[in-house]
Amino acid sequence: MPAHLSARLRAFALSLLLIAFALPAFAGPFEDGVAKFANDDFSDTEEAIGVVASSGNKLAFPIISALQDGRLMADPDSKKVYVTGTDGKSIDAATGEPVASVPDSASAVRLNNRLRRSVDAAIGGLTLQSPDIGTRLQAAQSVFKSHEETALEAVDGALAKETNKSVKAALGDARAAILLFKSDATEVEKLEAVATLKVRGDQEALALLTGMGDQPASVTKAAASAISSIQSSLAVWSGVQNAWYGLSLGSVLLLAAIGLAITFGVMGVINMAHGEMVMIGAYTTFVVQEVIRTRYPGLFDYSLLIAVPLAFLVAGAIGVLIERSIIRFLYGRPLETLLATWGLSLVLQQAVRTMFGPTNREVGNPSWMSGAFELGQITITYNRLWILVFTLAVFAILLAMLRYTALGLEMRAVTQNRRMAASMGIATSRVDALTFGLGSGIAGIAGVALSQIDNVSPNLGQSYIIDSFMVVVFGGVGNLWGTLVGAFTLGIANKFLEPVAGAVLGKIAILVLIILFIQKRPRGLFALKGRAVEA
Amino acid sequence: MTPHMLTRSLDRSATIFLAVVAACGILIPLSNLLLPAGSFLQVPTYLVALWGKYVCYAILALAIDLIWGYCGILSLGHGAFFALGGYAMGMYLMRQIGTRGVYGNPILPDFMVFLNYSKLPWYWYGFDMFWFAALMVLVVPGLLAFCFGWLAFRSRVTGVYLSIITQAMTYALLLAFFRNDFGFGGNNGLTDFKDILGFNVQAEGTRAALFALSCLALILGFLICRAIVSSKLGKVLIAVRDAESRTRFLGYRVESYKLFVFTVSACMAGVAGALYVPQVGIINPSEFAPGNSIEAVIWVAVGGRGTLVGAALGAVVVNYAKTFFTSGVLAPYWLFMLGALFILVTLLLPKGIVGTFNAWWDSSKEKRNAASASAAAEDGVTQPKMAE
Repeated sequence: MPAHLSARLRAFALSLLLIAFALPAFAGPFEDGVAKFANDDFSDTEEAIGVVASSGNKLAFPIISALQDGRLMADPDSKKVYVTGTDGKSIDAATGEPVASVPDSASAVRLNNRLRRSVDAAIGGLTLQSPDIGTRLQAAQSVFKSHEETALEAVDGALAKETNKSVKAALGDARAAILLFKSDATEVEKLEAVATLKVRGDQEALALLTGMGDQPASVTKAAASAISSIQSSLAVWSGVQNAWYGLSLGSVLLLAAIGLAITFGVMGVINMAHGEMVMIGAYTTFVVQEVIRTRYPGLFDYSLLIAVPLAFLVAGAIGVLIERSIIRFLYGRPLETLLATWGLSLVLQQAVRTMFGPTNREVGNPSWMSGAFELGQITITYNRLWILVFTLAVFAILLAMLRYTALGLEMRAVTQNRRMAASMGIATSRVDALTFGLGSGIAGIAGVALSQIDNVSPNLGQSYIIDSFMVVVFGGVGNLWGTLVGAFTLGIANKFLEPVAGAVLGKIAILVLIILFIQKRPRGLFALKGRAVEA
Repeated sequence: MTPHMLTRSLDRSATIFLAVVAACGILIPLSNLLLPAGSFLQVPTYLVALWGKYVCYAILALAIDLIWGYCGILSLGHGAFFALGGYAMGMYLMRQIGTRGVYGNPILPDFMVFLNYSKLPWYWYGFDMFWFAALMVLVVPGLLAFCFGWLAFRSRVTGVYLSIITQAMTYALLLAFFRNDFGFGGNNGLTDFKDILGFNVQAEGTRAALFALSCLALILGFLICRAIVSSKLGKVLIAVRDAESRTRFLGYRVESYKLFVFTVSACMAGVAGALYVPQVGIINPSEFAPGNSIEAVIWVAVGGRGTLVGAALGAVVVNYAKTFFTSGVLAPYWLFMLGALFILVTLLLPKGIVGTFNAWWDSSKEKRNAASASAAAEDGVTQPKMAE
């Protein structure tokens, strides 16, 4: 019956061709191939996969992906094959006609591991032609990983047509991977493949080269040299990666510590509630995003830009309030200030816990902050990159402010000699309040940035307070450059110790090193010289 | 004239304090053990354990007051010494469990069996003997304090810098003790104790005895602190507190004095921790949390920095308040109260309860003296008049 039908269809197709219609061949080899799925024989199935995948028929992709998911049903009696869609509707695999129901005698086409690989490769090959660049790139990468010989033809075809540079490179890599494992490839082809993989030079290329098995002597030799070159470049890249993570951690530390450097460095005030200012900044971001979500969803991408000035104002205002109501009574009593601000931090934490609940609050990433890009062998996420840029910008602005504005001048004057500054007509108590507000406001800004990479919870600030103090103490009090150097040194040291010692031991080692360091230089890396520090 | 009066007033409050502690140490266990349960005057066992905890806190507060009140060293890491003493005692108690553990291993504590330890780590050797554990209760915190202090004081790390690195020290220990492979039970710590010196730790008699011992330790600690601060050494310590550079220029080796008192204080904190653990029944790394150490400082501040009686009193008062408020409907507000306590005490009551009381007592006494003196002077002035 099917043979009869197929003969009639073939005749029909021929008649169409006679009228010079360039239709894809949807009768003949494709249909025969599809019918082979019904034989329930692994080698027939493999043949069928090859035929269908190279047919160019629009049903090829649905059929192969159905096969992959176990949705390709074959009826051994009628030799008919059906594709059951994910929505439960079925079509005839050979014609694409919808069918009412799949007969009970039909069962899913079985696969074994070898077949699964060819299915993956076939899907890779099929999606290589997709109009979407991302899909093509992914397909090329999956072919690279599976390096099935069957996909070679598809890769070559795609390579000839491909215009996009990165997809083309991925296809080239995929081709090299296939050739390297293809038993009947020529020595020249294999040497070229090794050279391509050497250029690629990542962990996966290394895995392919080390696991390529028996090869001609020249290829083995080339591979050995490629392996050693890849290994050394990978070592360099892992160093670069650690350095990047270190910079990223350093920027977070710097952000958290700058405000502290101002209040501690300029005013000599230990503000244990500094972490809570960071937390307030993070919660300001949360509130801003909530308002935007419910009222103006279109502005979501600008939420952080709105949150930054707001967080500065909120945290800054709270800072001025704290200075006026508590800290100004405690000048010259640093230990008492420490205790009072610790109490304040408990109150602020509990207040936030009462208002927003004790659990983490969700703060989203705007689109320009999510995602990542590849730089050589390392992946750089946009949020970390933006935080680094933002931190450096905040640092530069602060430095400029201290240097070029009237308030900055007054602040420096008060730091250097409070009584002399007062004698010169500077209202030192006003400068104190503003300085404390500035430090707190910057902590608030830090909170906006940290809300992007950390959990926004009432405990957010606590996790940064000890680290921030370490940075300030290490860098030296009263010197912003010291804070910068301190933050990045600690960040990078931490990330280079982590792979060796593990995260927790690395952190402990850093703390112990700082304790020892303080013995050598009690005033930090960049100590202020002169009488100001000998209070 | 005035210093003499001060010591006399201290003597009086010290006598009252010692009498009260001794009375509690004798009467509370006796009432718990001898009077029938449910009787009006009988102290229930849970209260004995609770007050035993307060007494241990009072010893810790004494230790902090000794260095902060009399030598100006604000340690934000004294909880670490307390916890180390506690761990030393906990290790002894763990070794006493023996085959009664869940896994029944005669040598290895349960958590080690659970974590696939094949043999006892070397630093657990000897803790099956009480005398060794008791020695370690003093030696471990003392040694850490000695090394830490030697490094810090020699390079003249003072003031807030010292506070911050002591905090970093306890934080580093917190992280370390949270690790399973550190060999101290990870975040579960040491618990499920059975015996201490052959007595069941849960038994009423043992608890009463531990309470009495804690009171005895408090009395001893108080006497040691008193002896230190009222000696010539104590005078130097106070001089260091008030003018460190000047004391150094007068020829005293400031760092030696500081190191001595810091080490003694750490040993006291260790003893407090060691008495705390059997009464509470558990020691875990959260005792190292920097917050605990700062809380202990506020006990001293509330009671009165620089008055030994005040430190002990502050520990009991604040912890009683904590128990009272955190167990009722006011629980969510406890942190507000604690925070407010930190702020208000430093702003309004910098001398603490006992310090303020002493100052008031002295000033009223002085007024009375002055009044009588001026009356006498007036008499003196009027007399010649009369003679005229």
